[in-house]
This record gives sequence, C-alpha cells and structure tokens, in this order.
Amino acid sequence: MQRRSFLLTSGLLACGLAANRPALAQEATITGAGASFPNPVYQKWAEAARPATGVTLNYQSVGSGAGQAQIRNRTVDFGASDAPMTAQQLQENTLLQFPTVLGSLVAIVNLPGVADNQMKLTGEVLAEIYLGKITRWNDPKLAALNPGLTLPSLAIAPVYRADGSGTTFVWVSYLAAVSPEWKQRVGVATSVRWPTGSGARGNEGVAGTVRNTRGAIGYVENAYAIQNKLISTQLRNKAGQFVSPTPESFVAAAQNADWSVPNFAADLVDTQGATSWPIVSPTFILLPKNPQDAGRSRSVMRFFDWAFANGDSIARELEYVPLPATVKDAVRAAWTREIVAGGQPVWPGR
Amino acid sequence: MSQAMAAMPTAAAPPRRRASETGDRIFEMLCRGAGILVLLLLGAIIAGLFIGGWDAFRTFGLGFVTSTEWDPVQEVFGAGVSVYGTLLTAVLAIILAVPMAFGVAFFLTELAPAWLRRPVGTAVELLAAIPSIIFGMWGFFVIVPIMAQYVQPAVIDTAGELPLVGLLFQGPPFGTGLFTAALILAIMILPFIAATMRDVFEQVPPVYKESAYGLGATTWEVMRGVVIPHTRISVVGGIMLGLGRALGETMAVTFVIGNANRITPSLFAPGNTIASLVALEFGESELGSLKLSALLALGFILFVISFVVLALSRWLLRSRLRA
Repeated sequence: MQRRSFLLTSGLLACGLAANRPALAQEATITGAGASFPNPVYQKWAEAARPATGVTLNYQSVGSGAGQAQIRNRTVDFGASDAPMTAQQLQENTLLQFPTVLGSLVAIVNLPGVADNQMKLTGEVLAEIYLGKITRWNDPKLAALNPGLTLPSLAIAPVYRADGSGTTFVWVSYLAAVSPEWKQRVGVATSVRWPTGSGARGNEGVAGTVRNTRGAIGYVENAYAIQNKLISTQLRNKAGQFVSPTPESFVAAAQNADWSVPNFAADLVDTQGATSWPIVSPTFILLPKNPQDAGRSRSVMRFFDWAFANGDSIARELEYVPLPATVKDAVRAAWTREIVAGGQPVWPGR
Repeated sequence: MSQAMAAMPTAAAPPRRRASETGDRIFEMLCRGAGILVLLLLGAIIAGLFIGGWDAFRTFGLGFVTSTEWDPVQEVFGAGVSVYGTLLTAVLAIILAVPMAFGVAFFLTELAPAWLRRPVGTAVELLAAIPSIIFGMWGFFVIVPIMAQYVQPAVIDTAGELPLVGLLFQGPPFGTGLFTAALILAIMILPFIAATMRDVFEQVPPVYKESAYGLGATTWEVMRGVVIPHTRISVVGGIMLGLGRALGETMAVTFVIGNANRITPSLFAPGNTIASLVALEFGESELGSLKLSALLALGFILFVISFVVLALSRWLLRSRLRA
C-alpha cells in the first residue's frame, strides 16, 4: 500500500515536472545534411543540447553540394553549406539562410629554421606563389617581407586540395580578392585549374604532403593546423598590418565584417580592421521558409537558439569562431520574420 | 532410399520424372537469367555512362578526348591530361613490374628448392589480396617521404642536369607524381603477372625441358630457348591482365600521384589519372552540371580503354584458357 502511493506520487511528480518544463515535453528528432567543415561542432552541440532542449539532431556530413540538393528536395529538415547560396537560388527554393559559426584558413609551410607564426606573407605574394611566378624561397619579394629570416635557395612546392571543397573555395576567394591576375586567370570555385603545384586529398592529405616536402606551402583549416602542430605563417591584412592566426584576430574579422548584406552572406575575406585575420568564412544553415511541418522547423530553431546561447565555449574548444552577439540577434529576428506556417510565425521568440 | 526407389512400380515413375523436369527447367531458367543479367548490367553501365556523358561529348566534340584543358571555373573540360596520366602510369608500371615478375616466376619454377616454392608463392599471392587503400596509405606515408627526401633530390641534381634526358627528371621534389604512382602500381600488379607467368611456365611439358638439358643446355638457356618461346603469348596475356588492373586503380593512385591537371615532360611532376580525377571531383559536382557529365564521359573513356586491354589479353590467352 505504501509502495503504491509512493509510485503514485512519483508519477504525479514526474507529470508535474514535465508540465513545468514545456521544452522537455516536446521530444523531437531533427535531421540535417551538408557541409563537413562544421560537422564536429554540430555533433558536439547535438550531444550537449539533447538533455537541455529535448531535440535530437541527426546530422549527415555529406558535403555542401549534397546538403543544398537535399534541402531543395526537402528530404531533410535543414541543409548546411559552406558557400552561401545566391539570393536568386534562395528565393526559388523559398529558403532562409543564416550563419552558425565561423572558421578560418591558415597558410602552412615546411622550411628548415622557420618556426610557427614567424614567416610573414602577403596575399599578393601567396597569389604569385600559386600562379607559379615566385618559385624559390629566396625570392627578393619574400626576402623583403622577412628581413629577420635566412631563407634557403629552395624550390617552392605549392600544395592544394585536389578534391572539390569549400576550403578551396575560401582560399581562392582570398587569392582572387587580393590579386586581379588570379581572378582573371584562374577564378573562384570549389576546384580550379591550378597553374602549378601538387594536389592532395583532404586537409590531412595537404598537411601530410607539406610535412613530407621540404619547401612546401599549403593551406588548411586553422583547427587542423593547431591539432597537428603545423607551422603556420603571419599574413598582412587589408589595413596593412601583419597578424598571426589567433582567436583574437579571427573574432576581430567577424566583428569587422558587414553582416547587414542580404541573406547574411557576409564576405569575411580580406576584411577591414587593423587586427583582423584576412581569411575567415562563415558556414550556413538553409531552412525552408514555408515548413511542411511547423513543429520540426521550430525544433531546428530551438536547437540553434540553444547553440547560440550556450554553444560558444564548445565552438572555441574546437577552434571555431562564435558569431558576434549582434549577428545572433539578427538571425533570431529573421526566424520570426521569415519563417511562416499558416500565416503565423513559427518562431515566436524565446 | 535408393532401394525403395528401385522397388517402386514403374508406373509411378513418369509423374515423378516430370516433377524433376520442371525443377530442371526452373534451374535452367535461373542460371540463364543470371547469365543474361550480367550481360544486361554490363550493357546498362556502358549505356548509362554514355548517356550521362553525352552532354560533355556534345559540347566539346571529339576534341574532348585529346583536350588538355580542365577548368571547372570556366566549365571547359577535356580528358587529355587524365588519359595521358592513365596510360603513362600503367605502361611505366608494366615496365617496372614485368622484369620483377619474371624473376619471381623463374625463381619459383626453376631455381627455388621445393620447400621454398610454396611459402614464396603464397606470399606473392597474398600481395594480391592487400586492399588498394592500404597500398595508398603505405605509399603516402612511407614511399613518398623516401622519394621526396632521398630519391628525387638526388636524381634531379644528377640526371636532371643532362640535356634532353634531364627533362624527364625536373621540378620540385614533391615525392608524389607520375613516377611514384607507377611504382606503387607496379607493386600492386606484380602478383597478377607473376602468378600467370608461374602457371604457364609450369605447363611447359617436362620432356621439352629435359631434352634441352640432355643436350647440355644451362638453366638460362632452357628458359630462353624452350620455356619462353613456348609460353610467349600467354605471358603477354598475363601482362595485359596486369595492365588492365593498373588502368583502373583509383585509391592507391589518388594518394601518390599529386593530382595536377597538367602535362609536363617530367616523370616526377604531379599528374592525374581518369579514375583518380573522377573520385576526387565527384563529391562536389552538382546534379545536371556539365562537370558531372564530363566525369561520366571520362568514366566511359576509361571503360573503353580497359575493355580493349582486357579483350586483347583474353584473345592472347585463348589457347591457355581453352586448356
């Protein structure tokens, strides 16, 4: 008898608890697919958000192109892409685009006697290296930038991503932004016609090739360079200052970017600001503006709302750059404004 | 059971027999279906590749096969570089693998003591069982650094300075490149060629060899004068078999070839093969794009090349296959 009443009270208690916390009452599973670059942070967020929000995220890291295709066909609740979609594409597919985190690229080198963040490079010089116009490390242009270093008479071996990738897209965007010749001769895409150098598969392939080859230079995501203790370089930003790849310089770039552009497609390549790192890029989520299932759409926003509020430390641990607070607020406002089901906003605010 | 069957009246036999005939017929149909299905699949794959690649063939015409342009930004595509890389690495691999395979087969059939034949023969066959991704990783982490630090700098500084020949050995020592890819391919196809050679060498009637030995010939003379002339065509067939495998290899090549869409005279320069290019570019190609069509067209070209090589090897091996 006593036992039964205990069971009864605990059952009632559980009901009461659930009623007091409406978030937990809506256990939901959401699916997303796309970019592989933010995959680690999305997985960590999903793990941490499950107990707090009741939302279980099933994210498939299939690549930006596939993510765009899947959300166009509405086979997932949201798509993820490193490269922003154009305004026209977004309109045709009635999609809302918003950023989640930022990543940064660094140049890595393998030169005897050159330590981490010692070598100074400019975008113009990088473009000339990748165009095959600067071919030796003791080139006068490199020597002028690095008066403190003794540069060997070694051939420069540029390394690039051989597989089509968002990383390459951001890297060549930077080269095109600083070098008119690059823009005209090579252009910008997820894979391009490289005038010189050698290709490797994935970040790990580029890192491995640079490590193996004396005189090599390459580009990888900053997280990858840090975890593998690669030798990165300083770069000169638009303000003419040499900056090292540090969390501070990435945050400065994020804050100095112009986020008021349509669809949040901010260009964080070669941004203004004396302390900005020049190669930073956001990664995006694509969410239908006319959700077939308002509940699932709301769960997606609840997940990212939680991530914006509580996920910054996780992002920093994984070497990503959190969004500035003003951008997060603008994204939340866009949810309320743009995503509508049955004439009602799906996201009423928190 | 058989006694019981034998004891049964003959009148009961016909229906039973008919039942088994039905079974036979069903079995025959299933077998025929399986055979036809394979043919249909083959046809469907060729047709699928051709239809998928039709857009590229139509846009670039026959020049697609020879054009060395591969510019995803301008959407100009050509198969020239990867066809060149595919053929060059495969032929280089054959040049490197055949002498080695011949040595292995010669050793196993003529020179090795009986107790050593089986372990060495098994080891060679096991080499064929290693997945290509393992060869790729081993190549990237072991062979490429050795090439980059020791072999290529030394060769570039010596042979690279020579007139004319030097053109083959120039450029920065990446460690990756056409030559490294050919080296890995040579190791991968070695067991196929060696096993074929060993089998055909063993099929030479002992009486021929013994007659030659009786006339006072040395082991080498028997090999050159009796065994090789007797098996020449089958040996060439085995080499073609290896060539077929080298042409289509993807994973191992992707790791070590350097993946550059350029043709340079240097063997140490990075290049590309059809299979490797398709594997790398497929992931970021949008459905319905010209690039995807060009990749499928590349697949079709590779199919045709491999088909010709394999058909040639079948034709050369026909006497041995019949036996």
